[in-house]
Amino acid sequence: MTEENRSKKKKGRGFGLAGGIKKAVTIIALALPGIVVFFPVIILFTGSFMDRYELKQYLNPVFAESMGFISWKFMPNYPSFENYKKLLFFMPQFFILFWNSVKMVACILIGQILIGVPAAWAFAVYKVRAGKALFAFYVVLMLLPFQVTMLSNYLVLNRLSLLNTQYAVILPAVFSTFPIFLSYGGFRSIPAQLFEAARIDGASEFVIFLKAGIPLGKSGILSTIVLGFLEYWNMMEQPMAFLDEKALWPLSLYLPEITWVQAGYAFCASFITLIPAAFVFVMGQDYLEQGIIYSGLKE
Amino acid sequence: MKKNRRAFLIFMAPSFLGVAVFVIIPFMDVFRRSFTTAVTGKFTGIANYKTIFENQAFLTAVINTFRFTLVCIPLLVLIGFLIALPLSRFKNAGLLKSIYLFPLAMPTATIVIVWKMVFYKQGFLNLLLTKAGMWTGLWGEFHTDYLGTKAAFWVLICSYIWKNTGYTVVLWLAGILGIPEELLDAAKVDGAGSFKRVWYIILPNLKGTLYTIVILSFLNSFKIYREAYLVAGAYPHKSIYLLQHIFNNWYVNLEFDKMAAAAVCTGTFLFIVILLLQKIWDRDEA
Repeated sequence: MTEENRSKKKKGRGFGLAGGIKKAVTIIALALPGIVVFFPVIILFTGSFMDRYELKQYLNPVFAESMGFISWKFMPNYPSFENYKKLLFFMPQFFILFWNSVKMVACILIGQILIGVPAAWAFAVYKVRAGKALFAFYVVLMLLPFQVTMLSNYLVLNRLSLLNTQYAVILPAVFSTFPIFLSYGGFRSIPAQLFEAARIDGASEFVIFLKAGIPLGKSGILSTIVLGFLEYWNMMEQPMAFLDEKALWPLSLYLPEITWVQAGYAFCASFITLIPAAFVFVMGQDYLEQGIIYSGLKE
Repeated sequence: MKKNRRAFLIFMAPSFLGVAVFVIIPFMDVFRRSFTTAVTGKFTGIANYKTIFENQAFLTAVINTFRFTLVCIPLLVLIGFLIALPLSRFKNAGLLKSIYLFPLAMPTATIVIVWKMVFYKQGFLNLLLTKAGMWTGLWGEFHTDYLGTKAAFWVLICSYIWKNTGYTVVLWLAGILGIPEELLDAAKVDGAGSFKRVWYIILPNLKGTLYTIVILSFLNSFKIYREAYLVAGAYPHKSIYLLQHIFNNWYVNLEFDKMAAAAVCTGTFLFIVILLLQKIWDRDEA
């Protein structure tokens, strides 16, 4: 948070509505959604510590189509590590899929940075006539849903014989135009005079990019990483279309395959999948917010 | 100037080459294929386009997608604003902001199991409603099957709002806090009440923010397919059969001719809409 923002907040906006009680009511009203937000997390967490008999008892209406409602306990009667033990020690495929997810996300992010950051730099610093049209074109590309480009992706990947390899998921994502706009936002916030000064001192464009652009536009690049991680950790459409072999799948695609009968696994696997995303969210929150603001696409 | 152009080209080249290979060239191929048959590749004119526009499933999907977008985006924009406005008056809005943002980080696959438990016929929502009915004595037991009926549409809307409220709040907040303090103070001195200040000063100053939110919400509205697919499968209730479903089903059945025609139509439509939006935005800026 910048100093400017903070001072603004301190003064308070005061759109009418004064007084402690009213303020407390507003806070409670605004915090209520927190319960709704964390409800799924709590269910996953508590469920992952229940053994199969306890789960069966609560979820019986689902299993047996019997009457009555589903029930739940937020403190398991017989807390057990049964699910974690089975998942982590007796299901090697879980590790394979977890590793698949990590590998694909890492490759995509590295590729996006190598390709997208220079492109963002080009848009932000060099004003050429064709640049504006290309920028508009890139915005449109960013907004095209996967389903519209699915067939064209398939045709290329087929031609390059990359189908059913993890490159089929990685390569198209590397050339996605979304990260460009995030890095672009970071570069735009650097005053242009700085580069002029460097040019007068005789620095080449490449040196300016490496020595001034990247360190000063860091926030844009970091928001690319945070937003990108959350996006691709959750990737489904692309692997579903281009990876037939289950051994190549990411975790996000495997979880829904677990059936109700193995509800304990499902809770446990889901919770473990959530951990890296939650970690990145907590660590990168400032950049996440910055990235959301940068994605404003303002030229 | 010439030096500028050279530098632009060098920095741009890797990205543009990739986009050309992975998007532009194959899309031209898709355009060509939209006028041929899937198997033999014979030229058939606009037959594919005719087929899709006579295809009941495609029309349903188009209507549902429109309906979904037209309901979810205004709703999200409004909810985000109603949360951001009071939040902008707090000193420490950080924690609340994080709470709203968190669903963005939750992978869809991990929450689907919870959604199923909530919206199942004997799930939590019906349990809650039944309990409320017993408590107030106004109604009896609820056994609505939310996923297999028209209600599925609203399940999707809720899940979309749940996931996307966070960034709208962040964007609205950034917009509201960016309005110069003096403007609001001046209005206050002139005797404008809080409602008037919102209507005449805050809202007109947030046009740019609104544009951003609409664009991003639109981008994310297509990702609702994940929830729809995971909760209800490839052939869900008619009310949530979206364009994404039909594209996927055509892909699975190798009906590339129809897919090509539909991709060209959808792509062109989106292209025009987005360029129009940009035009409107540019005019407002000037």
